[in-house]
Amino acid sequence: MVREDFKDNEYIDKLVEELNASGANVVVGTLDNLINWSRANSLWPLCFGTSCCAIEFMHLGAARHDMARFGFEVTRNSPRQADLLMVNGTITYRMAPVLMRLYEQMAEPKYVIATGSCNISGGPFKGSHCVVQGLDKILPVDVFIPGCPPRPEAMYYGMMQLQRKIKLQRYFGDVNRQEKLKDFLAEHPEEKEAMK
Amino acid sequence: MVNLQEKIASLCPSATFEEGEYLLVNVDDKEWRSLAEKLKEELGFDYLVSVTGVDWKETIGCMYYFTSTATQEKLSVKVAASDRENPMLHSVSDLWKVALIQEREVFDFYGIVFIGHPDMRRLFMRTDWVGYPLRKDYDDNPELNPIRLEAEENEDDSFTVVEDEAGNRTKKEYKIFGEDEYVVNFGPQHPSTHGVMRLRCAVDGETINKVVPVCGYIHRGIEKMCESKSYPQTLFFTDRMDYMSSFQNRHCLCLCIEKALGLEIPHRVKVIRTMFDELMRLSSHLLSFGCMAMDMGATTAFVYAFREREQIMDIFEKTTGGRMSQHYCVIGGVAADIHPDLIKDVRELCAIMPERVKEYHTLVTGNVIFRNRTIGVGVVSKDDVISYGTSGPNGRASGWSCDVRKHAPYGVYDELNFDEIIYNEGDSFARYMVRMDEVMQCVNMLEQLCDMLEKEEGNEIAAPKVPKMVKLPAGHWFQEVEASRGAFGVYIESDGGKNPYRMHFNSPGLNHIGAVDKYCAGYKIADLITISASMDYVIPDIDR
Repeated sequence: MVREDFKDNEYIDKLVEELNASGANVVVGTLDNLINWSRANSLWPLCFGTSCCAIEFMHLGAARHDMARFGFEVTRNSPRQADLLMVNGTITYRMAPVLMRLYEQMAEPKYVIATGSCNISGGPFKGSHCVVQGLDKILPVDVFIPGCPPRPEAMYYGMMQLQRKIKLQRYFGDVNRQEKLKDFLAEHPEEKEAMK
Repeated sequence: MVNLQEKIASLCPSATFEEGEYLLVNVDDKEWRSLAEKLKEELGFDYLVSVTGVDWKETIGCMYYFTSTATQEKLSVKVAASDRENPMLHSVSDLWKVALIQEREVFDFYGIVFIGHPDMRRLFMRTDWVGYPLRKDYDDNPELNPIRLEAEENEDDSFTVVEDEAGNRTKKEYKIFGEDEYVVNFGPQHPSTHGVMRLRCAVDGETINKVVPVCGYIHRGIEKMCESKSYPQTLFFTDRMDYMSSFQNRHCLCLCIEKALGLEIPHRVKVIRTMFDELMRLSSHLLSFGCMAMDMGATTAFVYAFREREQIMDIFEKTTGGRMSQHYCVIGGVAADIHPDLIKDVRELCAIMPERVKEYHTLVTGNVIFRNRTIGVGVVSKDDVISYGTSGPNGRASGWSCDVRKHAPYGVYDELNFDEIIYNEGDSFARYMVRMDEVMQCVNMLEQLCDMLEKEEGNEIAAPKVPKMVKLPAGHWFQEVEASRGAFGVYIESDGGKNPYRMHFNSPGLNHIGAVDKYCAGYKIADLITISASMDYVIPDIDR
């Protein structure tokens, strides 16, 4: 692939600049930017692989692709030390409660990347009696990476999309917005029903 | 075959016989137990290859496939129960230990209770699962089995059905772990389980008394799904079972379907397939080496192994377009012609590998920590590996000559000159060394295959007459290949339609995990990691 053909989502970066230039408070905005910048560049993934995607993720960690270049290298084995739940592989009915528990054990802010077609829609196992047909059925997902399994380059693209998303979370929410929503709902309990 | 039939007829007069690719013995459950004992003791069928549950609608039962390790004779036995409500068969798990886990799989899928089996729990499905999914009358209403997000109870309750001499059957319930046993849980989310496997170990201090594997965390119901797919569609699942031997698995299913269709495969296709088989094995053994070293703390070796794996991935990608799941083998041939660079690239790989393997040996094999943690650890005898059916490199490390490539050649293995690597120590180090030596055998074979491929004329990539709509005649077939982790088998039963009536994958990993207690009991808890790394199982292969 020629470099020029690659359509990067630079518009998101430009959007950040624009929003910062027009709307952000100088002190809080700068501080927020600093926090989000550091969050985005030191994402520690939880080492969670169930099938083929996990091997491609291992390739990502090995010499040729070397995810250390972008701050992902510290794969953690404990959910308590991880920022990013990278679900590499199919999730079955038996695994679902275990995955939920791991997700709940992670500290905020936490992000979820669903890797591979199994986690998008069930993929090759569409219609199976014991495969969760899409990870979003059970967890909130930040980025989906298609492929069966995705190439290491595709995984990079997905992970860097997440980095961009984190840099933007001041405007489009994720953690911050959730917190605000929680406060809002605590003050206006009647809205809770309406949201459902 | 006739000779064998006469012998069995004299041992069990009521048995009926069917000719096929292997002799099939139909036997009633009443005589099955005594025949099984005689098969093992008198006729020398000491290796139970596969136990396959099948629902024949009126009856429900099992197909057993046996091999004699001395003569390589093969035999299949069909035993059926007519009571669909409470089907019961006699267990053979005390004669062939591999039945301990394979009969549990049949119980899980079909609800057949095995009389005399010590541990009748579900294997893959959740303990609160309603119904037996592979039965033809299974109710797949999602309301019965929704996604349950509450944690499962620890499955300690098991039962066994015993039969006394008068034929009275009693159900005895018991707990897997005693009240005074200290149980350490290991997995399912653990970096050293190589996937989502859970092992529950009863320990005494640091010594392991018993290991109870809990499978099914990646059980995707592939066999059930195959029954509603056409034959070309079923091929896609094979790449995702053991993703480290995806090509061999797919090759096996293609061979089985081709056998049923009676297709003659061109020699060039056989050479290409064999070449990819060996490339896959090479990449798998490299991963095994890297992960085993990493499990012991030697992270550097992992990077070295993956350097060579990337090179193999590039070769795969050029010809097939895929890195991990190639989808290259199709019924009757291969999907596309080889890339013009294939032979050159493989030769380059072969040229660097001897030097690289030397590097691995310097880095890991001679390391004193590595040697202390593997030599004399996890020793298993030859009789045990045959009884537990742990084929492949694990069996060969204990002195069992079990290489399907030698004993029942497929592809062009009969034209290749290669050695079957056999070690007799049976410990973790021997299992590691078998793989390292097999890497060199792969390189040796790849060089020969390059020569063969260069001599091939034309560009045939498929058999001349492959039917567009693949329909197998009614009947059943069994095919084995040597995958990276051992003998991989496919059983197909067809009723003449375009979907398989029953498709069973006999994965080597299931036998390995069934034997994990035998391998680990008596050693320290830290050895569990090194032993399971040396056994090199892949979890999606076990659970399917």
